[in-house]
Amino acid sequence: MAELGFVIAMSVVTLFWALIGGVVPLFIPKGPNRGVIVTMLVLTAICCYLFWLIAILAQLNPLFGPALSTNTIWYLRYHWP
Amino acid sequence: MGDERQLSREAAVTYRCVRRYEAGQPDTQQRGVQRNSGGRQATMGSMFRSEEVCLVQLFLQSGSAYNCVSELGELGLVEFRDLNPNVNAFQRKFVGEVRRCEELEKTFTFLEQEINRSLSPPLHGPLPPPCPTPLAPQPRELITIEEESERLARELKEVSRNRDSLRAQLTQLCQYRGVLTRTHSLTASQAPPPVLESQGLFDNRQDVHLSFVAGVVHPWKVPSFERLLWRACRGYIIVDFREMEDPLQHPGTGEMVQWTVFLISYWGDQIGQKVKKICDCFRTQTFAYPESTAEREEILQGLEGRIEDIKSVLSQTEAFLQQLLMRAVAVLPQWKVRVQKCKAVQMVLNLCSPSVTDKCLIAEAWCPVAKLPELQSALREGGRKSGSGVDSFYNRLPSSTPPPTLFPLNSFTAGFQNIVDAYGVASYREVNPAVYTIITFPFLFAV
Repeated sequence: MAELGFVIAMSVVTLFWALIGGVVPLFIPKGPNRGVIVTMLVLTAICCYLFWLIAILAQLNPLFGPALSTNTIWYLRYHWP
Repeated sequence: MGDERQLSREAAVTYRCVRRYEAGQPDTQQRGVQRNSGGRQATMGSMFRSEEVCLVQLFLQSGSAYNCVSELGELGLVEFRDLNPNVNAFQRKFVGEVRRCEELEKTFTFLEQEINRSLSPPLHGPLPPPCPTPLAPQPRELITIEEESERLARELKEVSRNRDSLRAQLTQLCQYRGVLTRTHSLTASQAPPPVLESQGLFDNRQDVHLSFVAGVVHPWKVPSFERLLWRACRGYIIVDFREMEDPLQHPGTGEMVQWTVFLISYWGDQIGQKVKKICDCFRTQTFAYPESTAEREEILQGLEGRIEDIKSVLSQTEAFLQQLLMRAVAVLPQWKVRVQKCKAVQMVLNLCSPSVTDKCLIAEAWCPVAKLPELQSALREGGRKSGSGVDSFYNRLPSSTPPPTLFPLNSFTAGFQNIVDAYGVASYREVNPAVYTIITFPFLFAV
């Protein structure tokens, strides 16, 4: 279990897109456009979830931090609480 | 009874002939674009694959062929195949009708031009299409449209011509009046000097009589006009230019121009001829200039009277012209749509092949399988409208070439289908990528 912040964010977003992609299509009324609307919902959910997932996973364990100047490091260490 | 047996015999004969036409039809990759003048309908059937389409052979009774095709066109159901590919456009059966419709369309373009030119207040944008959309006209109605449109076009041409000539006359009279009023001050001030000069400088000359040429010239030509006059008649003339107060209409182009009045006073005949030639060259309008004040007053009064007369006649002509134009605006959209539909139906009838005994026309069309009942009812409706006893019917044929692809679309999905079609149209019953591009296309290109 990694830090709580990450777990919460991950589960909330996954749940959100799963609802949109899996639950809402069941409630689309029958009609000539039902197939198209369901396809649109599922595709939107997949594309947007994937986009978000890749972004957050790529930034989870960075190889190096931000490049700071010496003055900034000293300031951060001694002047910030 | 006898008719139907005869028709079915024809069906057997033509079925053999029809197989000849099946080879070499290049509409494998073609979309189900209906050549009739109906619109596309969003129907049942899914967009994921194209609809099932079958080849039907229509046997249209000669009398009710026009109405049947018109009904099919209104519904936008089918795509007709060309059964006479070897016949060129001028040898087809209904080419006379098509030509009639084209003549009518020419008359309509003329009417539209006149409307755009002369209607006041001018129309904002093109004429609105009629609603509800009218149906294709029956032959009698087409004759009525022909007669009325010709009459209207003829009257419009005449009235237009009259009005243009009246306007030109009015412009001329106004110019003359402007010349007389503007140059009055000039001649009044010029009167003494020639008397003095003739005594002093021109004693030896024969003609000391001062002649005038007065007229109007286009203001853009004034500098070059003045320069040419000076170069040609160096010093023997006096030229004066005055602007007119109100702009008048240029007879050729119809735009408002503020004409410049000029008055040339010269001595001698030869100079006079030179001056007149130069005036002609610059396409000025010259008028007879009165010498004495009394003459001038008389001419001015006559001019005013004539101007008033022409103005009243012109206003009446304009009113009549506007009436005609309003009538044209009221009927033109309907006529245009009806003639367009008639022409489309005739062109489709040209695609059919006449049967051996000439009692019916045979047409081949691609029709979605789900719409076959509608096809039958459309044929029945067409037969009923033309009042024939025998119904037209259809016969399903097996086809060797794959049918065209037909997607049921609405205005939202049509855009994406068009984008995908630009890359290539899906073949019959292939998976349609357009459904997925509704999301992925904006995602890839917009996000």
